[in-house]
Amino acid sequence: MTSVASGIARKKKVPLSAILLRLSSFLIMGVAVYWLGINFAHSPQEFAQVTINGLNNGLLYALIALGYTLVYGIIELINFAHGDLFMLTSVFSFAVLTELLGAQSPSGKNYALLLVVLLFTMAFGATLNVTIERLAYRRLRDAPKLAPLITAVGMSFVLQWIGLKWIGSVPVNVNTVLPSGKYHIGGVEIAYKTFAVFLITVPVLIILAFVVDKTRRGRAMRATAQDKDASRLMGIDVNKTISFTFAIAGAAAGAAGIMWAQTIGTVAYNLGFQLGLIAFTSAVLGGVGNLYGAVMGGLIIGLIQAYNDGLSIGPGQRWSQSMVFTILILLMVYRPGGLLGETAQEKV
Amino acid sequence: MSNTSVAAHTAVTNNRKWAIGYVSVVATIFVLNKFLLTYLNSDVQKFFNSWFSLSSLAEIMIWILMALGLNIIVGYAGLLDLGYVAFWALGGYVAGWLMSPFFSSLQFNFFGHARKGFEFGIHFHVLIVLILGGCFTAIWGVIIGGPTLRLKSDYLALVTLGFGEIIPQFMLNGSNIAGHNLTNGAQGIGGLDEINLFGYVIGTFAMPEKFLMVSILAGGMIFFSIRLRDGRLGRAWLAIREDELAASMMGVPLWRTKFSSYSIGAVSGGVGGVAFAILVGGVYADRFNFVISIIILSMVVLGGMGNVWGVVVGATVLSWINSIGLVQVGDLINNTFGTHVNFPSYQFLIFGLLLVLMMLFRREGFLPEARMRMVMQDEKGDVDKKVSDETKIASN
Repeated sequence: MTSVASGIARKKKVPLSAILLRLSSFLIMGVAVYWLGINFAHSPQEFAQVTINGLNNGLLYALIALGYTLVYGIIELINFAHGDLFMLTSVFSFAVLTELLGAQSPSGKNYALLLVVLLFTMAFGATLNVTIERLAYRRLRDAPKLAPLITAVGMSFVLQWIGLKWIGSVPVNVNTVLPSGKYHIGGVEIAYKTFAVFLITVPVLIILAFVVDKTRRGRAMRATAQDKDASRLMGIDVNKTISFTFAIAGAAAGAAGIMWAQTIGTVAYNLGFQLGLIAFTSAVLGGVGNLYGAVMGGLIIGLIQAYNDGLSIGPGQRWSQSMVFTILILLMVYRPGGLLGETAQEKV
Repeated sequence: MSNTSVAAHTAVTNNRKWAIGYVSVVATIFVLNKFLLTYLNSDVQKFFNSWFSLSSLAEIMIWILMALGLNIIVGYAGLLDLGYVAFWALGGYVAGWLMSPFFSSLQFNFFGHARKGFEFGIHFHVLIVLILGGCFTAIWGVIIGGPTLRLKSDYLALVTLGFGEIIPQFMLNGSNIAGHNLTNGAQGIGGLDEINLFGYVIGTFAMPEKFLMVSILAGGMIFFSIRLRDGRLGRAWLAIREDELAASMMGVPLWRTKFSSYSIGAVSGGVGGVAFAILVGGVYADRFNFVISIIILSMVVLGGMGNVWGVVVGATVLSWINSIGLVQVGDLINNTFGTHVNFPSYQFLIFGLLLVLMMLFRREGFLPEARMRMVMQDEKGDVDKKVSDETKIASN
């Protein structure tokens, strides 16, 4: 911008701050690679094990991150309530599958129940998210940006309160229906649960990507994201399309919620806040508004967190949260557009 | 023309008026609690101590200080800060570090007033600690605000949120940073020095004097807020809040203006943090969490973003509800109707619904400024019409 303003004839001069910024980014990358390197040399088996755990969590983060990225893509709202929506779906799945249907141990019948409840949980998440949009965000669509953002924060509190009243303030253990065995390859253990996560989340991700990329509804979504007025003129029902987006986001959160309850094994009312922030970081990492970016960001954050928590030479679990947010802040400084996104010019 | 001079005139007299009102309220509370309350009959005493206890009133003053600090960032400049608690924590720990026996291997006294038997540690004079606390958080404001204020406003919300999570976690884990105990972890730093103001010693439990002290700080903050708002910088903030693009076209340096608002907000957060640490006599890490940030934000939003008096009222009401009101009113309702409702457990619902409903039905807050009402009520597309209406009214 400034180079244009100062004239074409002058030789372009790279400011010192930009050079420093670049150098410091190389330094940070170098430290990260060195850290992973010494850990790999220290114990390759541990490294592989931690990687697999990280991918497991990363897939769940990706599902939640999808919700953030879809909603931000279409109405430019950081939906703070999304993490708590995820929390409520995990509580819902616990209440239905574990308590109501009594599926608490692995068996053929319970696997079938898991799949059925998965659908119900996704429907629950979708309905809840659409309701929230209808009640709160829709009225504020044309209001100054601060208004819907604060509303989302308020909604997040309301959802947390519902969770608190539903299961109480103490984390509840969930007896999983997934088998507890482990599969061994060369000293690395892969829990059967991890396979289950892959088996369920990967198809869900593919279906969602298909819906957004290939269907008519998906095209309407992308059109609405670009220009609401123009798409209205083209005969797209903007309200319906936005509701549909919220439904998809809620369904993804529902799938993540039930898998979280089944694999991690605890549900708590304050789960949503942390997970929501992690998932949002993933969405930003990939480039907000970019579907594949969200998936990639989720996996990367899952891995980084697992390396931080699990590797023997590292900061350890008590710094887990700080690690994720440090990445978020560094990202904002070095690459605000995300890894796959491009820095958007502000619309005038 | 004549209109503006009249407005300026009333602004000046209002400035004097509020000071008189504020001083008389603070003085009444101080005199009542310090001298009169012991002579009154026990029912009256009980009423005051349960409904308006002095420690909760002093805490209200801290919240006012905090809310006004955030108001400069959110209300004046329109930047959403979701991690304001970080400044509170940082300010608190500056007090913990600089005026307590915590660093027991050191012995350093700079006009400080260490307790007998606790002469080790670092002891600064309380006024110096207040200034240093402000400086320390200002540095952190620069570190956080510098790079992120160039970005879109949504990103600032996120970075501040992350910051508000990292700092408390650092304080919680700080009992072992490469083998050094920096923050004493979850136990926090207790036993802060007594305050020695030029020979007049305020003990740990001298609540009336402490109340007076935080009231002076809060009053100073009210004064700064009002004065800043009407000045050149304040007008630049409002311009940015209302339309960033238009403001930059008019020659307002965006980054520098936003940056000054963020730093000033950070400083007042730090000063408030020091004051709170002195008030409770220590600093404890588990207190600093996201909920605090949101409560401060609710105060600003509820009262009316940008309006100093709105924010003061919002802070007073919400912090009173939080500390006493919910419990006392709940007890009253339970006793009168024979119910057993646990009212404090509804805190999340109350704050959540408050934010949502306010945004849906009264976006500008309960005591809004006129121009804030205009901005918040404008739907897209109606702006031109409204503006022309306003000019019509003005020209009439």
